[in-house]
Amino acid sequence: MTLVESQRRLKHLLWRAGFGPATIDWPKWRHRSSEEGWEILLQQSMSPPEELFVTDDVVRGLFMGVGEFVRVEELSPEERRQQRAQSRKLLQSLNLMWLEEMVYTSAQLREKVALFWHGHFASRNFNIVFQQDLLHVIRRHALGNFGDLLRAVSKSAAMLAFLNNQQNRKAKPNENFAREVMELFTLGRGHYTENDIKEAARAFTGWGFNWEGAFVFRSHQHDNGQKTILGHTGRFDGDDVLDILLEQRQTARFIAQKMYRFFVHEEKVPPERVEWLGNRFYESGYDISALLSDIFTAEWFYDAENIGQQIKSPVLLWVGLRRALPITLDDPEVELLLQRALGQVLMHPPNVAGWPGGRAWIDTATLMLRLRLPHLLAAGEALDLDIGQDDDVRMGQGRAERLRRRLNATPHWEPLFEAFADTPNEALLSTLAHFLWQVPPSEAQLGIISRHLQTASRETLLQTAVLHLMATPEYQMC
Amino acid sequence: MLIRRRTFIKTASLAAVSLWMPRFLQAYARPGALPTKGRILVIIQLSGGNDGLNTVIPIRNDLYYRARPRIAIKTAEALRLTDEAALHPALSGLQRLYDSGDLAVLHNVGYPNPDRSHFRSMDIWHSASPSDQYWYTGWLGRYLDAQCTPQTYRAPAVEMGDAVSLALKGERQKGLALHHPADLYATTRSDYFAEYAAAGATQLHGEAPIGYLYKTMTEAIASAAYIFEKSQVKPSSHTYPDTKLGRQLKTVASLILGDAETAVYYLSIGSFDTHINQLLQHERLLRELDGALSAFAADLKAQHRWNDVLIMTFSEFGRRVAQNASGGTDHGTANQMFFLGGGLRRKGLLNDLPNLSDLDQGDLKFSIDFRQVYATVLERWLGASAPPILGQPFALLDFV
Repeated sequence: MTLVESQRRLKHLLWRAGFGPATIDWPKWRHRSSEEGWEILLQQSMSPPEELFVTDDVVRGLFMGVGEFVRVEELSPEERRQQRAQSRKLLQSLNLMWLEEMVYTSAQLREKVALFWHGHFASRNFNIVFQQDLLHVIRRHALGNFGDLLRAVSKSAAMLAFLNNQQNRKAKPNENFAREVMELFTLGRGHYTENDIKEAARAFTGWGFNWEGAFVFRSHQHDNGQKTILGHTGRFDGDDVLDILLEQRQTARFIAQKMYRFFVHEEKVPPERVEWLGNRFYESGYDISALLSDIFTAEWFYDAENIGQQIKSPVLLWVGLRRALPITLDDPEVELLLQRALGQVLMHPPNVAGWPGGRAWIDTATLMLRLRLPHLLAAGEALDLDIGQDDDVRMGQGRAERLRRRLNATPHWEPLFEAFADTPNEALLSTLAHFLWQVPPSEAQLGIISRHLQTASRETLLQTAVLHLMATPEYQMC
Repeated sequence: MLIRRRTFIKTASLAAVSLWMPRFLQAYARPGALPTKGRILVIIQLSGGNDGLNTVIPIRNDLYYRARPRIAIKTAEALRLTDEAALHPALSGLQRLYDSGDLAVLHNVGYPNPDRSHFRSMDIWHSASPSDQYWYTGWLGRYLDAQCTPQTYRAPAVEMGDAVSLALKGERQKGLALHHPADLYATTRSDYFAEYAAAGATQLHGEAPIGYLYKTMTEAIASAAYIFEKSQVKPSSHTYPDTKLGRQLKTVASLILGDAETAVYYLSIGSFDTHINQLLQHERLLRELDGALSAFAADLKAQHRWNDVLIMTFSEFGRRVAQNASGGTDHGTANQMFFLGGGLRRKGLLNDLPNLSDLDQGDLKFSIDFRQVYATVLERWLGASAPPILGQPFALLDFV
């Protein structure tokens, strides 16, 4: 294997199991094999994560009053407005804090897998405390046991609130929670009946949360009768339902398939591979790290048809760009605007089904912004966008105006200068293309770029090469 | 969040390309030209949930005045349409269009199991999915997929703004977002970009995703040039109010007058999310809407293009019947839609005003499914077959 080939494999791993190679670490990484790379990624993600924490006790107090005892509707308008405003700000802080974590942490695997679970267990919730708790649950269990993760998410206030299980009572069952648990979290469509849902909803009656956001079981609201779910009959409660769902091989297969689409190939998903992964996942007792190991050490993972075939999500594009070209932003909130304009805002999945991904990321507007972004950044230009407001968050505050933010980014070129210090000028463009792109560079494309480079100095040569290489369809792929 | 979800869509094989896309939506690729030649649909989205009851006021209904002691529009101030119904005082232009037979109002439009989240309900209106399903394409996007090929039309759907709404996203075709034709042209017009895109597009990417990126990039460049060119052919010289919607509709008028082969224009105005002290905010927004629409109608009438245009307004939901404690209204359900144009077959008030004595926990009950409106517009205005686009047949209405 040539160095170019082995580096391409290694970068394939770093893009898929993380957020792409960090230039600053590249001199250390560039000679590693993908096998070594996987061991290191896994090991760097083993220690439990620190919680991303944006709320203090005062805020917790402000929010915790709003639970089952005080309904949001009972707050005065002023209180409600304050609460919304504060929650909105803190959700944004949490968003940015997580983004920073993705850029800088060495636990790349954990945060990437957490991003997968963030879309899988998608929850929109204006209560910052609930969202923060759920994010921590997901990051803590990201590489652990899927059963533990499923139970913890299912008992989180964020999910119980989002899926209306507080309204799921013995006398008047609400099936939303039971339905999403089966359809989106475990089995997938077509592997249960409407009756299974009705019965499971009865089993989940009484599951709720208290004013602190902690799980509570309200036995007086629980339907204690006999239920039949997926062929099992008994006086089941919610825990029993989750156990029954985990007993189904289909659950393992469903998760394996979704992971395959996220980590390997969005569109080409060989059924026999998913079957194999699903069976191994099931037999491991739902060990997520083991499943990821099966994926990232498989020879097919490195097949040419799987490399450079994935359209980067907005978050992956942005975080990856910041890892390749470190930047400091005067106004980090510009990152929120970028997320909205590119179509993926952390903590704001479009609905309970998460982000559709793949080609759905791309339309003329998002693609043109993606292609302009590197040069906008380097020039510190203003980002002047008319993309409407999120009325769920705004609560009628203010008018919809154009959002304008100055990017004011300071790129730090030194790591790139250093990492490629040994590359002669004439080989620089092609070397950088092999570093920044996952699709094999074509002569024609590099030829066009080379005619638009500023060759006045080594610095401008490298800078224009990097920016031009990033402002391409090729750079959107990993 | 919704309780009921039908499972008529079985997940296809494990290798299904599009896990969330019902099969019927994948199966209707039908290349061909737009059959609508010359017929134009302009959609105006009232973002945030417009308060329909304070837009078309039931002036004879005590229940209305009782439910809204602080914010009801007084009978004397409202602009009378019939003995029963009157428009908000800011809508004097629409009153004139009503009088001249250029306006139709459809009341009580909604959908079963309404969702009160802006985002979710807007998703439902955009995708035209049942409220218990998640579709990742929009109704107009699927119309584009079914009717157009990139070779036949440069910019079959245009959205004024910097993001393409879900409504205009199909599997293969997506609308073009632009803030202003010249801006868009400026950002795409570089020899380098064009050369790069052309070189990439000629390489064999097959069905690979990068081929899709090159296709989108090439289309963006071509569409931007096309739209810019069309905007220069016969730019509107009519005077429009200097508001965002006014400027945008002037651009739309210029494109129509320049004979751009664009069938759908999409615009939004907001935020109509009037929870607090709504009177001023609501009036300002309605005034902007009224001024822009009046100018647009006058412009197109003078240029003899009014008969080619159907304007349709919608909002993701209406608001509750009763005012809240802060001089505003909270999220509701059914709402009215306006239709304007020279090609209306039925005009005026198309159906009964909302029944305020038969509410569902304080909310209006819908009587017309919004997908009936879509089906009608698709079949009778745009000349498309609606069931493949909407996933099922809907009873058509007769306003166009």
